[in-house]
Amino acid sequence: MILKGSFVEIETVILTKEERAPQVPVDTKSVPLLMRSKGILLNSAKLGDEVVIKTITGRKEKGILKELNPAYLHHYGNFVAELLKVKEIIKVETGDLNE
Amino acid sequence: MNDNSYLAVMERRNKIIKDSMQINYQDFENEGIGFDYEKMMASTGFTLAEVEKIQLENRVGKTPLVELKNLSKYARKFAPKGHGARIFIKDEANNLSGSFKARRAAVSVYQAKRLGYKGVIAATSGNYGAAVAAMAARLGLKAIIVQEVYDSELIGQPEIIEKARACEAYGAEVVRLTVGPELFYKFLLLLEETGYFNASLYSPYGILGVETLGKEIALEALNNYGKYPEVVIATNAGGGNLTGTARGLLKAGATKTKVYAASVNLTGLHMASDKDFNKKSFTTGHTGFGIPYSTFPDRSDVPRSAARPMRYLDRYLLINQGSVFFITEALALLEGMERGPAGNTSLAVAFKLAQEMKEDEIIVVQESEYTSAGKHLNAQLDFAKKRGIKLEFGNPLLEIPGKNIIFPKSAKEIAYQELNLDRLRLSYLKHYKGVSLTKKDKEYLREELKLTETEIEDLVKKL
Repeated sequence: MILKGSFVEIETVILTKEERAPQVPVDTKSVPLLMRSKGILLNSAKLGDEVVIKTITGRKEKGILKELNPAYLHHYGNFVAELLKVKEIIKVETGDLNE
Repeated sequence: MNDNSYLAVMERRNKIIKDSMQINYQDFENEGIGFDYEKMMASTGFTLAEVEKIQLENRVGKTPLVELKNLSKYARKFAPKGHGARIFIKDEANNLSGSFKARRAAVSVYQAKRLGYKGVIAATSGNYGAAVAAMAARLGLKAIIVQEVYDSELIGQPEIIEKARACEAYGAEVVRLTVGPELFYKFLLLLEETGYFNASLYSPYGILGVETLGKEIALEALNNYGKYPEVVIATNAGGGNLTGTARGLLKAGATKTKVYAASVNLTGLHMASDKDFNKKSFTTGHTGFGIPYSTFPDRSDVPRSAARPMRYLDRYLLINQGSVFFITEALALLEGMERGPAGNTSLAVAFKLAQEMKEDEIIVVQESEYTSAGKHLNAQLDFAKKRGIKLEFGNPLLEIPGKNIIFPKSAKEIAYQELNLDRLRLSYLKHYKGVSLTKKDKEYLREELKLTETEIEDLVKKL
């Protein structure tokens, strides 16, 4: 059970496949348009329940409860060997610049 | 109770936009196809001096114009004798929130406050979100940023995830959507629900804010180096960066400075495709925005876009992803400036252009942007690899967007591709195919496409 007052992330279907705009390509038209929003949970609920949250601007949004305490997990990525090679090229080609 | 179906909301878009900006776009319409662009630009009521004041009070503008001496020397190695122009960069990463977009946000959010709105909304997956959020924080307004972030598997573009984090850092609400142009539908619903101001990137405020950038470049070059730059090059997506800069250059008297557009070449990747979305290693400054917005500016979130690059640009040059990453690395290694990568698009093109210019000439790259987790070349390249995109070394012109990223084996191989401006103009004119054009229409088209009377006549015949 995730308690009322928790900081959570929800998912809402904005447009179903059938409701999507006529001009979108076939692959996009075959999936719904989804929204993710974050805010304070207004009533205690379980993951997967339909809930209402209050966002930081004070709006209410309804959606499926997906995550408790959503975090920032983006990063600089794993080691990319090709970038080391780019560095080597630049170093070799510019070794004499300040002579 | 409003009918909130897609079609019903789209049908009332003009009213929603009008209420959210208090700009009556009808006032600028001419008979026929055109509208009075300068009248619209003047309707803001702000002088450029007032804009500068608003920006400076908010830590925006007066960024340094930095000579990239080592990078210029590097380019000179591959240039014929007497060639290899001086490359400068306007270090816009020094603005509040880390990009030139702060210039646009400063004026828009200031205007929202002046008109009494309680908050602002912007539809953007770029640096503009953080710019609006930061300015709103300073002026005590609420901010909602609507982003296209994920594919249908909810895998987000690292660069955009970082931009969402930045917006939230400044206290904004970020509404994050999966791929699709119907983002505009949710955006309209939010404007209606909240009654907030539409801080559109394409409003006259958004463009006026960039004019100070062009003016600063012109005057700083003139005062410190004794002349206006020969060339100013702008990374081009929605067109506002180039338009505002070019207008500012003209206002400062740099009438002979050539203005070039540069975009990352993402030809072949569909912008509204769920499957193509995460195959892009650049989420802005690319052809997917640059070409459609140049050839049809009024596709934006306002009835008449103030961003009209075809009015100003002298050349339009494309560069591959691998070359932009290469030059991003060179900027850090040779100049001690870790920036971009997307903002370095025009820098990569400038590196080649400099080799074709004389050594006493000046080329100005008119922006840089902050870099961070997600929004970093290592993050972007790792993400690309995980999506099956091959990282290779070879001829950058052979890169196939979505399949591979080709780094040059030497900086000597960095090369751009030139877009034929008449072909762009023709695709602009196709929107008026079958329309019998009056004299006034043709005058409008001449201004829109930067052509003489005979040139426009010749081009219309080719339709």
